Amino acid sequence: MREVAVIGVGSTKFGEMWERSFRDIMIEAGLEAIQDAGIEGREIEAMYVGNMSAGRFISQEHIGALIVDYSGFSKDTHIPSTRVEAACASGGLAVREAYLSIASGMHDIVVAAGVEKMTDIGTEITVDVLASAADREWEGFVGATFPGLYALMATYHMNKFGTTREDLAEVSVKNHYNGSLNPKAQFNNRITIDTVLNSSLVADPLRIFDCSPITDGASAVILAAGSIARKYTDTPVYIKASSQASDTISLHDRRDVATLDSTVFAAKRAYKMAGITPKEVDVAEVHDCFTIAEIMAYEDLGFCKKGEGGKLIREGVTALDGDLPVNPSGGLKACGHPVGATGVKQVVEIVTQLRGEAGKRQVDGAEVGLTHNVGGTGATAVVHILTR
Amino acid sequence: MPVPRFWRKIKHRYNLIGTKCNTCGTYYYPPRYLCPKCRREGEIEEYQFKGEGTVVTYTIIRTPPDQFQNLKPYVLAIIDLDEGTRVTSQIVCEPNEVHIGMRVRAVFRKYSEDGDDGVIYYGTKFVPA
Ligand SMILES: [Zn+2]
Repeated sequence: MREVAVIGVGSTKFGEMWERSFRDIMIEAGLEAIQDAGIEGREIEAMYVGNMSAGRFISQEHIGALIVDYSGFSKDTHIPSTRVEAACASGGLAVREAYLSIASGMHDIVVAAGVEKMTDIGTEITVDVLASAADREWEGFVGATFPGLYALMATYHMNKFGTTREDLAEVSVKNHYNGSLNPKAQFNNRITIDTVLNSSLVADPLRIFDCSPITDGASAVILAAGSIARKYTDTPVYIKASSQASDTISLHDRRDVATLDSTVFAAKRAYKMAGITPKEVDVAEVHDCFTIAEIMAYEDLGFCKKGEGGKLIREGVTALDGDLPVNPSGGLKACGHPVGATGVKQVVEIVTQLRGEAGKRQVDGAEVGLTHNVGGTGATAVVHILTR
Repeated sequence: MPVPRFWRKIKHRYNLIGTKCNTCGTYYYPPRYLCPKCRREGEIEEYQFKGEGTVVTYTIIRTPPDQFQNLKPYVLAIIDLDEGTRVTSQIVCEPNEVHIGMRVRAVFRKYSEDGDDGVIYYGTKFVPA
């Protein structure tokens, strides 16, 4: 396996962009990444596009072809372009597929992109599309919504480990604070615990401020073989590990309701591949689709023991000025969650942090970063470890 | 849900019929016809669950999808059936009545319908035992 580096990153601002189309936002992020990498378009050999459900959000399939066409690479160089789907982990998986295509020796320079346009249709349909990340026949049919499934995990976690309602709220408060320092975040407003506790109930115990929003957005990264990376940039960021793991599609079939074994296994494989322990991670972007998800991620990624995730947030360990800052971008909660783009955006943020270019939200001295992207309620998890 | 897709699983939804692997003794609901533990060595047969179990975890759905609007708020839970497999289902009870460890039993109930003239979807729900 060859070494792989990130040589360019780009992202649109996340939010509700009714005036701009799916292809517009993807091209904006892609051009920013290409410019950042300082490469010529014709040097790109392949493209992977993470997207969950353009078929239902904008009634468009054949996303790989659409994006490569509007990027200007389908008429002249005719490069291959592949859409990658794993629900909310589509973006992370696109990065992984791009990584594998270089590590294997097949390609030298590849684009990994992610995009979702979620606000063109009504919220009711959006909610239904998101529910399709779980088992439609045996979860959706009986009235399980996506927040409802994470609420089942939250109830269980709180009962078993004593995690409190306030612990969940602290995750949202932290991520909104970080989002306030990120010009590309969907939400730049700071909130308090009371903002969360007084917001309306969605699925007990989860309230609206425990949930990531509906978002439009696109992100892209340019990957290159490690051996040529320094030709393009003085600050290559190396992908030391790329791993992926699976679990049952339904939450009720899991070994433990409040553990994402896909995360546990993806993380173990990633630490082994990178030759590090969880303690060596300086900064992480984790999948906080709901506040409880971030608390479980701390545990399943090995940042603390199982059941102690609440304590980690309570003690400020994962705050921007803590020992292990998590979600400096604002996470899915405040930066926004355009599902197919999220996993790519996480890599964009970690690369920005490791380069020392994150401005007001810069984590001091960050040298090792981790990204954690989850599909559905944990049927898929993708973990990447990056270093300077 | 499209009618054929619903119709195919009617017997399982109405009567809590799942499967059992005779090789390893594991029960499956929803039914599986490939035992993940034994794979090709598995010997699957249909099994009628007794319909009793215990609440593992629950939530109260306040913002349901369209087809469940008239039921809101409703209790959704994961139930550990006594045979040792778990199912996601609604519990017909007051929201403040449900708790972890609560004993429940299966009943036949309406879930949703496709408009006024459309198909009515029935299935298994649970009530306090
Ligand atoms: Zn078996």
